[in-house]
Amino acid sequence: MKTYDKIIFELSRPGRKGYALPADKFDTDGLSAIPADLMRKEAPELPEVSELEVVRHYTNLSSKNFGVDTGFYPLGSCTMKYNPKINEEVAALPQFNNLHPLQNADTAQGALELYWNLQRMLSNIAGLAEFTLNPYAGAHGELTGLMVMRQYHMSRGDNKRTKVIVPNSAHGTNPASAMVAGLEVVEVKSKPNGSIDVEDLKPLLDDTVAGIMMTNPNTLGMFETEILEIAKLVHEAGGLLYYDGANLNPLLGKVRPGDMGFDIMHINLHKTFSTPHGGGGPGSGPVGVAAHLVEFLPNPHVKKTEDGKFYVDFGKDSLGSVSTFFGNFGVMMKAYAYILTLGKENIRNVGPLATLNANYIKESLKDDYLLPIEGVCKHEFVFDGLKDKSTGVTTLNVAKRLLDYGFHAPTIYFPLLFHESMMIEPTETESKETLDDFIEVMHKVAKEARETPEEVINAPLTTIVRKLDETTAAKNPILDYRALKEAAK
Amino acid sequence: MSKILENLRYSDSHEWVKLEGDIATVGITDYAQHALGSIVYVDMPEVGDEVSQGEDFGAVESVKAASDLISPVSGEVVEINEALEDEPELVNQDAFENWIMKVKISDPAEVESLLDAAAYAKVCEE
Amino acid sequence: MPHTEEDVKAMLERIGVATIDDLYCDVPQEVIYKEEYDIPSAMSEIELRRHFAELGNKNKPLTIFAGGGAYDHYSPSVIAHLLSRSEFYTAYTPYQPEISQGTLQYIFEYQSMISELTGMEATNASMYDGATAAAEVMFMMVASAKKKNCVLVSSTISERVLNVVKTYAKFHGVVVKEVPEKDGVTDLEALAKMLEEGDVAGVIVPTPNKYGIVEDFTNLADTIHSAKGYLAIYADPSSLAVLRTPAEWGADVACGDGQTLGMPLAFGGPYLGFISCSKGMLRKMPGRIVGATKDADGKRAYVLTLQAREQHIRREKATSNICSNQSLMALYATIYLSLLGKEGLKEVNVLACDGAHYLFNKLIASGKFTPAFDKPFLKEFVVKTDLDMEKVNAKLLENGIMGGLCLGNGMVEFAVTEKRTKEEIDTLVNLMLEA
Repeated sequence: MKTYDKIIFELSRPGRKGYALPADKFDTDGLSAIPADLMRKEAPELPEVSELEVVRHYTNLSSKNFGVDTGFYPLGSCTMKYNPKINEEVAALPQFNNLHPLQNADTAQGALELYWNLQRMLSNIAGLAEFTLNPYAGAHGELTGLMVMRQYHMSRGDNKRTKVIVPNSAHGTNPASAMVAGLEVVEVKSKPNGSIDVEDLKPLLDDTVAGIMMTNPNTLGMFETEILEIAKLVHEAGGLLYYDGANLNPLLGKVRPGDMGFDIMHINLHKTFSTPHGGGGPGSGPVGVAAHLVEFLPNPHVKKTEDGKFYVDFGKDSLGSVSTFFGNFGVMMKAYAYILTLGKENIRNVGPLATLNANYIKESLKDDYLLPIEGVCKHEFVFDGLKDKSTGVTTLNVAKRLLDYGFHAPTIYFPLLFHESMMIEPTETESKETLDDFIEVMHKVAKEARETPEEVINAPLTTIVRKLDETTAAKNPILDYRALKEAAK
Repeated sequence: MSKILENLRYSDSHEWVKLEGDIATVGITDYAQHALGSIVYVDMPEVGDEVSQGEDFGAVESVKAASDLISPVSGEVVEINEALEDEPELVNQDAFENWIMKVKISDPAEVESLLDAAAYAKVCEE
Repeated sequence: MPHTEEDVKAMLERIGVATIDDLYCDVPQEVIYKEEYDIPSAMSEIELRRHFAELGNKNKPLTIFAGGGAYDHYSPSVIAHLLSRSEFYTAYTPYQPEISQGTLQYIFEYQSMISELTGMEATNASMYDGATAAAEVMFMMVASAKKKNCVLVSSTISERVLNVVKTYAKFHGVVVKEVPEKDGVTDLEALAKMLEEGDVAGVIVPTPNKYGIVEDFTNLADTIHSAKGYLAIYADPSSLAVLRTPAEWGADVACGDGQTLGMPLAFGGPYLGFISCSKGMLRKMPGRIVGATKDADGKRAYVLTLQAREQHIRREKATSNICSNQSLMALYATIYLSLLGKEGLKEVNVLACDGAHYLFNKLIASGKFTPAFDKPFLKEFVVKTDLDMEKVNAKLLENGIMGGLCLGNGMVEFAVTEKRTKEEIDTLVNLMLEA
């Protein structure tokens, strides 16, 4: 069977139509009222294709992709859990989908109620006072949360606090978000087990520190056991604690970040709350805060009057705005449906089962893979490559070989604490059989690495494309069809 | 084992300097190009820019990594290696032949304060 | 969660602990949450559907005659159908290109189409929305201008976009100055004077602007480039099928919101931000970028490229912190533009423009409305009236219509898209005059 390899522009023929619009019954020629020099000279070279061709093209493209619905996706720090289909159904309901964000609140009470409910439910789950649903993604939530941190200090006239402490094990978005928020990053060292080194933290805490940005469990999947001590120290120094919610899954149903002393957090709805990853978005990154920070949340916010009516509020002490309207409302609808489907009974099981799955894989594979940190992990853990590296097989090779066996590779080369990092996060929605299959394949690849290393080193062998030339792609970027045609000459 | 030339000076951020009169030629070392992998882009300053010892003057990018270039000297940029615009991989081929910028230095003492070949070799071993 | 009791037992045995709670032995007891969560009891699908139906009944979708940054354009049925393919929507970011060629190719096609609309040389894989894209463009210009820290933004840009730009500027430390408006458009003379004051890294101007007016940027690029600054144009991508492109105006970078490419209004999102730029600014452009390349067997393939700009490599030295973007909405836009194509997108604009001018003429002819500005418009325009617009809009609401946006001072802003019929417009006008 031949692999589909057309690009949409190649299917284009002049005069082909993929649409039907109503006839123009207006007697006006609107465009003639616009001066000619404000109009474009040549039409854009968009494809002209029929509807069937569009459907075939994109259907064929989809078959070149691997999704959670295709197979196991153990990407550490991404929480690739199953995306329930009922969520997709309700999010597409026309009574919500056709609402204009600026239409009168009286005609959108259902949408505003959903929004307000979600604000409240997330607050309860997180152990914090209030949430904003405006941020569009996790990194956007981080930025918003850091803006809250800065606004808080600025409102108290404390303009010296320009630094934020970030562990050296942190995800790249953490220091990047700090930079965008205008904060200087100060790194705190990690102990060999990946936890924050409290002794290294103490001397860093002074009155120039706005706060600390961390996650718990940390990026190695280990619970920060000294969190209460860290919270005490940071608060005593006048700083705030920010929680990166990317690792919230193991705590769902078990521990609330607010109870651990965190003042601000973001949640990735597309991780912990099952909304689809979409190939890279749209996600949603709501931000929750403790009571003394609520006034700084971005606008718009949704509130409820005493007699139960919902309205849109623009707080005067807000940090400003980070979105045009309410945020990715369509995504929120799915998270809302997920929480209602779990209910107070089942939410208790999310964290524990995610943790059970991760520990099971860890214990089953530590004979062949190097486990740098002993002890119970939470929802994810890190291997430092193969135990036996004598044949020169790297983590990259193992990852690519897994593709041949129909598994998506785990996260590789993050965190940076180990040279051959392989971070595995199964999530709670995977069955024991799937985990056993994965364990078997991982053992198989380790065996191949010992006995027939060339197979692993040359992997992937069976995917539709292999060993892509990323160097030339970066050196001489070809970023659109015009450039592609030029290069082919 | 990476190549280290005897008659040059080095910074601990892996830049080398060759001083001729008051013109310092600056590049990155063999160790640095090896660590980066295939270089795809060199972000160079412009002729006329001021640079300061210890501060960023550009960056070198490979597919999976990027490294800031830290200036080992202070002064005015008088020439940049335009060949690297089209062929950044020249730095991988010979990191000492393919310099990045030439600076008219403002303080000769700065060059003296840099590492010599033996001291730099120690830095690489760590 | 598929675990049976047997499964759990076998797994605990392998791990070597007695209960799942033992896996939390390293968590201080005092933070373990022992109460009941204050969320409803678990709902089955039947109950969930009922709940959403109840909520849905408290909403009233309307016939829409307003814009303000979100437009009621036609959504072809094919798009939702293709987007529901699970290989697209349950996939992650294409970091393993060998098994993500679907995602990578559609992003490449998306980049190509947006570049065609803007006329610029490079487009990224998407941003969250138009407002955050504009904020990031502000940072691009400051990063490229070296040592200049001020950006001028026209006050004719949407207020909501301006708020986001100002918020980002406040925290990042960029000085934003608003260029005043004159007769509904950017006061270019005032802009030139502000440039002379120096320190300006770049300028952001919109077209169509917040009043729906198509602005004239003749000589603007030259003026800004002489002052060693960059020109950024905030544009409605749908309108670029007919309007002069940012590239034709000499812009260095373009940005805007792709919601107008047939995306549902969805009460505010998800929409789509885009950024296109010239080759010279490419390495300062934030977000993911897909490039074409070949594999070991010479086959054409696509891959994330220029990753050295991004947060996972550069960390605090990255151009931006963006990680997830709006990928599936980029697919939406790509399919939309494929279906409509060159001719279709033009037709959408012609219909919307004709409808808008039809409404405009009727309003003026009624004698109750006068033009607010004497400037050309595409599908959105502002008129002045002495009518009590709050009362009028309340009446329209009762009849299932969302009327124009009240801008204050008797100004009302209407938007008409290809979905509005002559009958709907006639009804709108009649109801307004009767009120």
